[in-house]
Amino acid sequence: MTDEPVKNKAKKKKIPKHFASGSEWTFDILEKFDREIKAIADEYLLDTYPNQIEIISAEQMMDAYSSVGMPLGYSHWSFGKQFLNVEKNYKRGHMGLAYELVINSDPCISYLMEENTLVMQATVIAHACYGHNSFFKNNYLFKTWTNADSIIDYLVFAKSYITSCEERYGIDKVEELLDACHAIKDYGVDRYRRPPKLSAADEKTRQTEREEYLQSQVNDLWRTLPSKENKELDKNVERFPSEPEENILYFFEKNAPLLEPWEREIIRIVRKISQYFYPQRQTKVMNEGWAVFWHYTIINTMYERGLVNNAFMVEFLHNHTNVIYQVPFDDPAYNGINPYVLGFTIFQDIRRICEDPTEEDKQWFPDLVNTDWVKSVDFAMRNYKDESFIAQYLSPKVIRDLKLFVLLSDENKLDLEVTHIHDEPSYQHIRDLLSKQYNISMTEPNIQVYSVDKRGDRSLLLRHVQRDARPLEVTDLDQVMKHLYKIWGFAVKIESVNETGEVVFKHQCPAINTDARELPAEKAPD
Amino acid sequence: MSQIIDRRPNSRNKNAVNRHRFLSRFKHQIKKAVDDAVANRSISDFEHGEKINIPTKDITEPVFKHGAGGVRSIVLPGNKEFSKGDRIKLPEKNKDSADSKASNTGEGADDFTFEISRDEFLEIFFNDLELPNLLKKQLAQINTSRNVRAGLTNTGVPTNINIVRSFRSALARRISLATPSKKLLHNAENELEKLLVSSKSDAPAVIELQNKIAQLKAKIAKIPFIDPFDLKYNRRISQPGASSKAVMFCIMDVSGSMDEAKKDISKRFFILLYLFLTRTYETIELVFIRHHTSAKEVNEQDFFYSRETGGTVVSSALELMHEIIYSRYPTNEWNIYGAQASDGDNWNNDSPHCKELLLHDIMPFVQYYAYIEIMPRHHQSLWEEYLTVKAVFPNFAMQNINSALDIYPVLRELFKRQILVGKN
Repeated sequence: MTDEPVKNKAKKKKIPKHFASGSEWTFDILEKFDREIKAIADEYLLDTYPNQIEIISAEQMMDAYSSVGMPLGYSHWSFGKQFLNVEKNYKRGHMGLAYELVINSDPCISYLMEENTLVMQATVIAHACYGHNSFFKNNYLFKTWTNADSIIDYLVFAKSYITSCEERYGIDKVEELLDACHAIKDYGVDRYRRPPKLSAADEKTRQTEREEYLQSQVNDLWRTLPSKENKELDKNVERFPSEPEENILYFFEKNAPLLEPWEREIIRIVRKISQYFYPQRQTKVMNEGWAVFWHYTIINTMYERGLVNNAFMVEFLHNHTNVIYQVPFDDPAYNGINPYVLGFTIFQDIRRICEDPTEEDKQWFPDLVNTDWVKSVDFAMRNYKDESFIAQYLSPKVIRDLKLFVLLSDENKLDLEVTHIHDEPSYQHIRDLLSKQYNISMTEPNIQVYSVDKRGDRSLLLRHVQRDARPLEVTDLDQVMKHLYKIWGFAVKIESVNETGEVVFKHQCPAINTDARELPAEKAPD
Repeated sequence: MSQIIDRRPNSRNKNAVNRHRFLSRFKHQIKKAVDDAVANRSISDFEHGEKINIPTKDITEPVFKHGAGGVRSIVLPGNKEFSKGDRIKLPEKNKDSADSKASNTGEGADDFTFEISRDEFLEIFFNDLELPNLLKKQLAQINTSRNVRAGLTNTGVPTNINIVRSFRSALARRISLATPSKKLLHNAENELEKLLVSSKSDAPAVIELQNKIAQLKAKIAKIPFIDPFDLKYNRRISQPGASSKAVMFCIMDVSGSMDEAKKDISKRFFILLYLFLTRTYETIELVFIRHHTSAKEVNEQDFFYSRETGGTVVSSALELMHEIIYSRYPTNEWNIYGAQASDGDNWNNDSPHCKELLLHDIMPFVQYYAYIEIMPRHHQSLWEEYLTVKAVFPNFAMQNINSALDIYPVLRELFKRQILVGKN
């Protein structure tokens, strides 16, 4: 596109036109691209951490992959399993590796694969180093719940602590505990309380103190020996915990009666890392959508300014199209709505509503119409998570474009019913449902620590509050319960409560006898 | 400003620890897979790793999750033909496995599959055999080259300087360079002597000659004692290990009393010997002889997997072995190894004949002969006769075997020698 009129050139110092050509990249060219992309990102007011771009090989990418995105993880067999899986799929050609991996840290570390073509590297720089990066820095969840500046230090601390435990207490013991913690790591997050700042240095100095303190607390809790006579009396004694506790790992760390101090520390480590990843799980659609939106916008801007040529654009659009491909719902490979598609479409739509609103938009988004789109997408990025983002911004046009529809699945019926499709009366309903679908506390079973039989057999009772009458998966449940029993040291029970507060399912580990599940349910504690 | 760092030179095996942890956690399943592989593989087929399948249910990491059931609405993308109120029939079986879609996509989704390397494979295989560690390492090594001296070279590192040869060539150079000047010097000195008799010592001719002599002396003195050009270095090259040929005879009793378990032990015995030979020889031929009342040369497949019944005449196999050696493997070209596995059953009158065959027709020609008897109970006549062979030939090994653990001791002597050779 040599004869494309170059607009908007004034600001830039003179740069050779089309410095991009060919598909090979060099460090010089990457630097040039990064400089250009940064300049454009600045124009669009993207606020980022400093970037640290690391070029790695495919094997290194597989390594990075398997440690669930932690640049340095402690050792555990499950990461080895993950690695073997990735390696197998990659070698068989079932799976391309991710083109990049980005760590929520300050400076923001992005891994770029050396195999990527130049176009891909440029896309990835725009996508990860400016898209994801600005999201990490500014989204309220990340700001509140993670500490980008200290995560690397903390991971170093965690790794060396766990290694030292392995040396002192044996690999098997540590592994057993980690297995158990991993089973409930999704229940190791505070959903509402803000956790204190992470700091490796503080962790270390406070650790000894904490070990002693924790142990004394626990001992205090269990000072009363169980006695039969008091049992009736104590029925009315205050419940423990006084409120149900959603953070099961936290509860174990503080209250499990038989744990050694180092075991509590390891539980804490798993819990902290889980907490660090929690915002990512809540913002998948937004985060990916935001990054795709910006690589698309930035590369297009470069094209408009004649910084890249036609061949570059064709390859870019080809890649971009692959990223936002939605597998059809009736395909065996369907694995939910592609978050890249959903997020990207909504952000694009916000821009469209700002710049070129229709009558419908004026009704649905009066506040958005004819505002500055840069500010509007920025506002959306900062202040929402998937659930609220969809509830706020999913427009009728996006519903139509993605042809969303609703299926009612009822265990009592043999067929599924299409209850809503993309038409006028259904928009609001589809929006609510989809928003609900991205609420993690809706999609994961809602399980909390309900009570502990302090004066009796010290058993722990978990309570699962059903939603949509969905039961727990029993095979896995049994395994998880065994893990919990190992940490708690005494019987662990779980009961499912339906929407009317009635106990509909019970399970416990160890089982009282072979058919514990068939036993008539004891009267549920109020 | 962004910082771009090239991390490619960094280490790649960050996950080696985790991989190892995984393997050791599931060693039972992996061992079973390796055992199956050993049973199915050819003896000579130990150059690659193995694909391992582990049932997914054994390695899942359990979490709390929803099971099938409940009443809920799901938003899906890409509506093609549905309108409100349409009903979609569920395929029957989908109802149970609504949450485990993977199983419907077919293609081994139920198993976790991965590959282990050749080294890992051998490691697990060796674990059964209680091999000493040094030996495990030796057997697993592929590279059998060794450093040998191969004359001299003009370049090299100082530690390899060959002093004698360097000085010899320095001497040669000094002689060849100095000789013309020395001749001239000699002449000049003779002339000077004559001249001094007839003329005064300060005659111009005398002075001229004296100058010439001084010049020649200086020239000779300038020839260096040693020059970089003279240095000779010992040359070492890596040579492939002993590159001779070997033939391995596998003799097995296939009469009815040899069941699968015994054959499996025999197979491991043959494999171990084969692995040993691959370390030592470049080409190895395998000859399989199975026998009951008569012996037959067969291919590996028939050797291990076809069954025959009937009595047992061991000498038939030994005779066949002797014939084959005589006709196809001249002993000056081939290293011959024999490995025999049997449950010890033999027709009584045949055993002395076996002894004679071994003593006269076989043992003098073979490097090593190993016999294993897989028999938990008492020995029969064959064992007794073989004991006398053992007394005569130190390179005859025999052992009663109950399990795979007992295999290695049979070959211990053989490997011991190999290790000694390897060390030197």
